[in-house]
Amino acid sequence: MRFPAAVAWVALGGAIGTYARVAVTEAFAPALAVTLAVNVLGAFLLGALVTGFEGGGNRDGGRRRQRARLLLGTGFCGGFTTYSLIALQAATLARSGDGSAALAYCVVTLVLGAVATALGVVLAAWARNRARDRAPGAA
Amino acid sequence: MSALVDDVVTALWVALGGGVGAAARYALDRAVSARWRGRFPLGTFLVNVSGSLALGLFTGLLVDGSLPLSLLGVGALGGYTTFSTASYDTVRLARERHFGTALVYGLGTMFVTVAAAALGLWLAGLWPAGGWSTVG
Repeated sequence: MRFPAAVAWVALGGAIGTYARVAVTEAFAPALAVTLAVNVLGAFLLGALVTGFEGGGNRDGGRRRQRARLLLGTGFCGGFTTYSLIALQAATLARSGDGSAALAYCVVTLVLGAVATALGVVLAAWARNRARDRAPGAA
Repeated sequence: MSALVDDVVTALWVALGGGVGAAARYALDRAVSARWRGRFPLGTFLVNVSGSLALGLFTGLLVDGSLPLSLLGVGALGGYTTFSTASYDTVRLARERHFGTALVYGLGTMFVTVAAAALGLWLAGLWPAGGWSTVG
């Protein structure tokens, strides 16, 4: 895929993802727990998407997969999750003297994010293998 | 009614900012990946650190809840920086048994971005009061 087309798909997904994050954040009180939940959910989704889009297939299927990965993965999940807000929230906590809360927020975000990503990867791989085994003509 | 319209307009600005931010992240990551051959995900690291520094600066300089902060901070920098890719790359490095790189990248990104956001807030505090902070 040419670079301008790839950027356009990422931008579209990023706009939708950012809008979705703001919609979720506005629906609840803006709090650390909401940012944490959004980031952990996005980490799960990206793990599942990237794993789901892996693998062979014909050339047209490969191009579709590449487009879907740019739109949903790099774009949507990238825009939905945010690192700058995590950093700002932790820095604000630390500056107000609550260093232990800042540390706890960072550690919980990293650990839950990694667990969610791994869970997404494992679930998507399981679903893919299952679909392949059930496909007509599967070996 | 006008509050609702305002909210919709703000949301559209935020989404526009998010699209531009995500495109900038992709372009920067591609440019870094074309030159960097190391295992460490340098492109995403630089995106998250620079975005956190900028968010600290903007938060210190712009009025809380104002349209410029929504557009630039919540929208553009929210779309620019990403937690999901950082988390995915950390897990991927660990699955490839590059545990040292995974640990350095995971903890390093968190530590350096928080320091960058704090630096941004501090730098914004050096700005003379009544300057940009009145932009709203």
